[in-house]
Amino acid sequence: MDFISTHFLSLILFFPALAAVFMLFLPGGENKLFRWFALGASLIPFLLSVSIWFQFKSSAPGFQFQEQYEWYEALGSTLHLGVDGLSLTMVLLTTLLTPLAILASFNITEKVKAYMMLFLFLETGMLGVFMSLDLLVFFVFWEVGLIPMYFLINQWGSANRNYASMKFLIYTMGGSLGLLLAIQLLGVLFGTYDLVALTQHWTSLQPDSTLLGMSVSQVKAIAFWAFAIAFAIKVPIWPFHTWLPDAHTEAPTAGSMILAGVLLKLGAYGFLRLILPLYPVEARYFAGALALLATAAIVFGALSSFAQTDFKRLVAYSSVNHMGFVVLGIAAAGLASGTPDATIALNGAILQMFNHGLSAAGMFFLVGVIYERTHTRNLEEYGGLFTLVPVYGGILIFTSMSSLGLPGLNGFISEFLVVRGSWPLLTAYTVVSMLGLFFTGAYILKALKKVLHGPLNERWAHGEHKLTEINAREILVMAPLMLLMLWIGVYPAWILDVINKAVMMLF
Amino acid sequence: MTFPVLSIITFTPLVAALIILLIPANRKNETRALALASAAFTLVLSLWVYFSYDQTTAGYQFVEKYDWLPALGVSLHFGVDGISAPLVLLTGVVMFTGVLISWGDDHPHVMAGIQDRPREFFAFLFILAWGVLGVFVSLDLFMLIFFYEIAVFPMYLLIVIWGWNVTREYAAMKLTLYLLIGSVIALVGALAMYMAQYQNTGALSFDMLTMESAGFSQSFQIIWFLPVFLGFAVLGGIWPFHNWSPDGHVAAPTAVSMFHAGVLMKLGAFAALRVGIMLLPEGAKYWQWLIMAFAAIAVVYGAYVAFVQMDFKYMVGFSSVSHMGLVMLGFSTFNADGLLGSGLQMFSHGAMTALFFAVVGMIYDRAHTRQIPELGGMSKVMPFATVGFIIGGLVSMGMPLFSGFIAEFPIFMGVWQVHWFVAVVCSISIVITAAYIMRNIRQVFFGNMPEKFEGHITDITVLDKVAIATLCIFMIVIGLYPKFMAPMVQTGVEYVLRLLGGS
Amino acid sequence: MFTSTMFASILPEILILVLGMLVLIVEPFWKEEKRRNVGWLTAGGLFAAMLISFLAGQPGEPTSALGGMIRFDWLGFFFKMLFMFAGAATALLMMDHERLGKRGEAYLLLLASLIGMNLMAVSSDLIMLFLSIETASIPLYVLAGFMLGDDRSTEAGFKYLLFGVLTTTIMLYGFSLVFGFSGTTDMYQLAGMFRAGAIAPLAAFGILTLILVGIGFKVAFVPFHFWAPDVYEGAPTPVAGFLSTASKAAGYAVLLRLFFVAFPEPSLSASWTTTLAIVAAISMIVGNLLALPQTNIKRLLAYSSIAHTGYTLIGVVALTRLGAASVVFYLAAYILTNLLAFGIAMAFSKATGLENIQDYAGLSRRSPWLGLMMLTAFLSLTGMPPFGGFVAKVVVFAAGIQAGYIWLVVVGVITSVIGAYYYLNALKFVYLYRMPNQDEENHPIPLSRPYAIALVVLTLGVILIGTIFAPWFNWSDAGAVNLF
Repeated sequence: MDFISTHFLSLILFFPALAAVFMLFLPGGENKLFRWFALGASLIPFLLSVSIWFQFKSSAPGFQFQEQYEWYEALGSTLHLGVDGLSLTMVLLTTLLTPLAILASFNITEKVKAYMMLFLFLETGMLGVFMSLDLLVFFVFWEVGLIPMYFLINQWGSANRNYASMKFLIYTMGGSLGLLLAIQLLGVLFGTYDLVALTQHWTSLQPDSTLLGMSVSQVKAIAFWAFAIAFAIKVPIWPFHTWLPDAHTEAPTAGSMILAGVLLKLGAYGFLRLILPLYPVEARYFAGALALLATAAIVFGALSSFAQTDFKRLVAYSSVNHMGFVVLGIAAAGLASGTPDATIALNGAILQMFNHGLSAAGMFFLVGVIYERTHTRNLEEYGGLFTLVPVYGGILIFTSMSSLGLPGLNGFISEFLVVRGSWPLLTAYTVVSMLGLFFTGAYILKALKKVLHGPLNERWAHGEHKLTEINAREILVMAPLMLLMLWIGVYPAWILDVINKAVMMLF
Repeated sequence: MTFPVLSIITFTPLVAALIILLIPANRKNETRALALASAAFTLVLSLWVYFSYDQTTAGYQFVEKYDWLPALGVSLHFGVDGISAPLVLLTGVVMFTGVLISWGDDHPHVMAGIQDRPREFFAFLFILAWGVLGVFVSLDLFMLIFFYEIAVFPMYLLIVIWGWNVTREYAAMKLTLYLLIGSVIALVGALAMYMAQYQNTGALSFDMLTMESAGFSQSFQIIWFLPVFLGFAVLGGIWPFHNWSPDGHVAAPTAVSMFHAGVLMKLGAFAALRVGIMLLPEGAKYWQWLIMAFAAIAVVYGAYVAFVQMDFKYMVGFSSVSHMGLVMLGFSTFNADGLLGSGLQMFSHGAMTALFFAVVGMIYDRAHTRQIPELGGMSKVMPFATVGFIIGGLVSMGMPLFSGFIAEFPIFMGVWQVHWFVAVVCSISIVITAAYIMRNIRQVFFGNMPEKFEGHITDITVLDKVAIATLCIFMIVIGLYPKFMAPMVQTGVEYVLRLLGGS
Repeated sequence: MFTSTMFASILPEILILVLGMLVLIVEPFWKEEKRRNVGWLTAGGLFAAMLISFLAGQPGEPTSALGGMIRFDWLGFFFKMLFMFAGAATALLMMDHERLGKRGEAYLLLLASLIGMNLMAVSSDLIMLFLSIETASIPLYVLAGFMLGDDRSTEAGFKYLLFGVLTTTIMLYGFSLVFGFSGTTDMYQLAGMFRAGAIAPLAAFGILTLILVGIGFKVAFVPFHFWAPDVYEGAPTPVAGFLSTASKAAGYAVLLRLFFVAFPEPSLSASWTTTLAIVAAISMIVGNLLALPQTNIKRLLAYSSIAHTGYTLIGVVALTRLGAASVVFYLAAYILTNLLAFGIAMAFSKATGLENIQDYAGLSRRSPWLGLMMLTAFLSLTGMPPFGGFVAKVVVFAAGIQAGYIWLVVVGVITSVIGAYYYLNALKFVYLYRMPNQDEENHPIPLSRPYAIALVVLTLGVILIGTIFAPWFNWSDAGAVNLF
């Protein structure tokens, strides 16, 4: 037990990958075995992270459960792991969504072994980003998550998967190029990649000295945008979002769940973990630009979403819309770091990350459920399904309401906090964003109307296409999500407490 | 007298080649078995050298020295340092895997392996390996060039006899002439150094360790650096002298492509470093900008040309140009990070590209075409090869957790310290590489299998799988655990830096 | 009067003379069909002579012998050994030649020529030198035209004779001018005379040019190379091999001794080394370029031998000890290699009657070992390790660079790459192309015992000189040091 208590993070981090490697040696063809094995393997990190959630001392400063191992000594990089309130939230989200996504993919019948292995590798990749306190290791995991996702889309996606997966890959890799170069710049300058040390060195550079033939402030500005663009693509912030609808739409259901639920958070996490501490000056200076982009994402995301006829694409665009609020909160925090308003906005942004993880994963799953039965995602071909599948309808409405921001459910809490925090700081942008929120309601209701209400499309009522009700496994996937949505909506304090203390200490 | 392990490693392939030649021509399986046994023996010895290399004392180890031609100061002086020890290991690995995949397959639709005169094939291949190993362990300039040339000429025969019958004659001749021109020009430079040392110190010696302190004048170094460096670097595929390389790769039989891209190109880079940069440091500093420019162009240009290739093997060939450009780029930084990266990249690229060529060869043997658009769906019939190629592809893209990242990252760090603009420009190649690698994986392995292949394509053999697994293991181990190789390369790099005057 | 040194200094020649008489005596006792055994006798005798000379006739400190006619030193001794080895190999290769093999006089002529060559290597007097050159040449004129009734052979013999006589005459004229200016024919005294400034540099240059004409014919450098391809092609192949190796080496022996001993004065040497440097460059370029379009293997080897003359000359123009050593070393490697190449050509045409390069298609399948030997010979000619040609080229280039002839060395390396093209092209036929019906196994190439012995010995020699090169170089160097 001693071993476990001193190696919590590395256990959580590497368990899925080790399990995946172990799976490699399991005999082929046993699809059932693979599914349950993968599910079990992903539940263990979840249990461990729940356990550290309770052990976590939210009022203690700095990082907890730290571990440090040799990795790439030659470059001064170590495998340094640790969590604070911010990353712990994300770790919890990741370990929660992965088993659900795996459970959601029990209907996969092709190449199950490879699929499950990729999922487990993906989990390690995502967790690594949230846990690492070393910039190089951060980048390593940042990139590693890409490849399983690429193959998940490319191998198990729908018709246009080749295009979508390639676009996803090139966008993200291209985006991380700047990140790579900026990280190298930092490493070259200071000979270490340790995040804490780097932050100190980097922020204490004299702005009027010169680096690489330019003034420090210029270099910093360039490096800031190198980081920002990499994260912005991942979030994604308008206008870097165009890969997202394609990737989400073409990905298999569970892939979309993880993509929207966790991968997008990586970008936002990058903003919080790296950009705000490393570039406080630049963040303030460019906050307006960031807010403008965030607002554009909110408004255009909502409008685009409204215009879709493809159910999954509609949900995909809603991610752009929702993540816009996260960025808006970050922009506000960057503008006035340390003020109460900024803290509120940040609280909202982080909670919004968590919430969007829940609701987007849920929405994608529900789209997947109906797609699997109807083999269409065209909204025009649904209609009046509520009478056929009332349970499904209920769940869909519930999840949509969370996404819409209905008071009493989680979405409302976080969006309210963001808007409340940024109102005094970025009033104009916030006003426009509120208009965007209006469209959010519009497209969600439109989707509900097209799917559940209106005249019944007779095609689904009888015969071979008769729609079947959501089954137990699928309900089991949705249950934890809905539970959390409700719980946070009603009693957000349990999670906000952790987040808030982290924010207070960080900024 | 310590155990002369380096001479044994070096001469094992030669002895094996001679014995193989004595086997009657119709005993093909015996020939292969003997080849495999001696390759395995070499691999084991090279592993032993690798793991018993003492990183705390660094410097040249396992040194052996026998006078060979005292009148001219030629000696058989062997030794490995932190840069060459991994390359010796790489040679062992590529030799072993190359023999494995040349074994062949009895399936009627498959024309894998070497069926025509395997005796001569393995003999020539091993003579090639003899030369390669000799270069990596030689500390004597004369013997280095001696082995270098030995490594060149078997290529001609191997390509022209067992190569792809469409272009083999053209490609083999082109390759040989390019390499010969490069090596003879380097030879002239080496002789000039030899004579200049004689004038300066009165010592007639080809020993590179004494040449390091020969006190070549700055103007001498500036004049002779370029011929020596570029002469060797031709074999390293440096732009604009890279033209032979893709043609050669494409025309060569699979095992030879593996050897060629996996080891031989490292030979050029290694010799360019060992003789060019280490013996003529002042000249190197003077021409730094030029090497860096050439290397940077190679990196980006190679990647772009690889991107537009329709022939699978050409694509891999040009990707080699791009990756070897990174090695040269690391050399041209003259700092600890860049050189460390180059040392690692030599190993990483060697294993990766050998793997690529192995898989490409397996596919071609079965599908009889290499046109990317004509291929598809290979993952269904050869999943193992697919995984292998994907791993190789990830290494090639510089994906973290694989050796490519471990190697490329320090190179870029080194370049940052010299000129940030070059680093930014070269980083574009990463995305281009990702694009073409992923596109090809998708098309060749996962696309729809053309109807004509249905039922005709069979899985690869067990030996092929062993070869793929061997290569993959090294790439993954280094990626996960850089300490496997990085500290060793570092010790070698320190030595180079000392010669460069600590810059 | 007679001392043991005097005897030892010409011991090899005496032994060859004895051998020749033995051949004369024994030959009639053999019946026609067994007469090729004279070849065994000749070759064996020459090896025995080498062995005896090696045991009993080693030189010590360089001395003059026979009234200053002969210089007894390592340089001459080493050359003699080379010639005799080449002669022995040639005798073996002659044995199965349909026109030469059973004719005792052919072997006799070979031996007579060898005596002349041996003396060329040691002559220290111009008169002696001229006599030995004639002794070496006249039997070769006969041998080149030996195949009466064969137009090409007759043409070859006649051409060789005309060229030879003409150039030798010019050289003789040069010798007489030397005597006229200096009053002596002793090379070792000449050096002193010229050092004293007894002769105007311009006149000396003229004289040296005349002498170089004669030597140029022997070693076949441009522009005195025209005879070589025609004669090699027309003459019986063993004779062509001998002409291109031993005879050429003998020319170099003269060149080294005469020019290094008699004309090393800087005021003089500047002119002739420059001339020879230019000649060397042109020889390398012309030889290699003209070899490119050749289709006949003997013509190819002829042009390549012109090119190799150019490489050897680099060592001469260096005018240093290393240069001289490199020339000797180069010749040793070259003799082995070229004899091997001609031997293969002979063995092949003996079995097939063909001489064109494209007829070699499928050789490695017809006879893997012959293919490997051809590989050895041609790669050595290219200058590839681990064969003799590589080390030889490196030392020659080293000498050139030491003497500051970097441009010449660059020409050398570039042209050697051109050389690689046609050598490798020939190997392509051997290894890649196939016979028209792809039935190589039905067309093996039998090797008779003399061929097998000669070729194997030569192959091993080529490899030995390319790998364990120290002894060979030390001998060359021991000879070279005698020149200074």
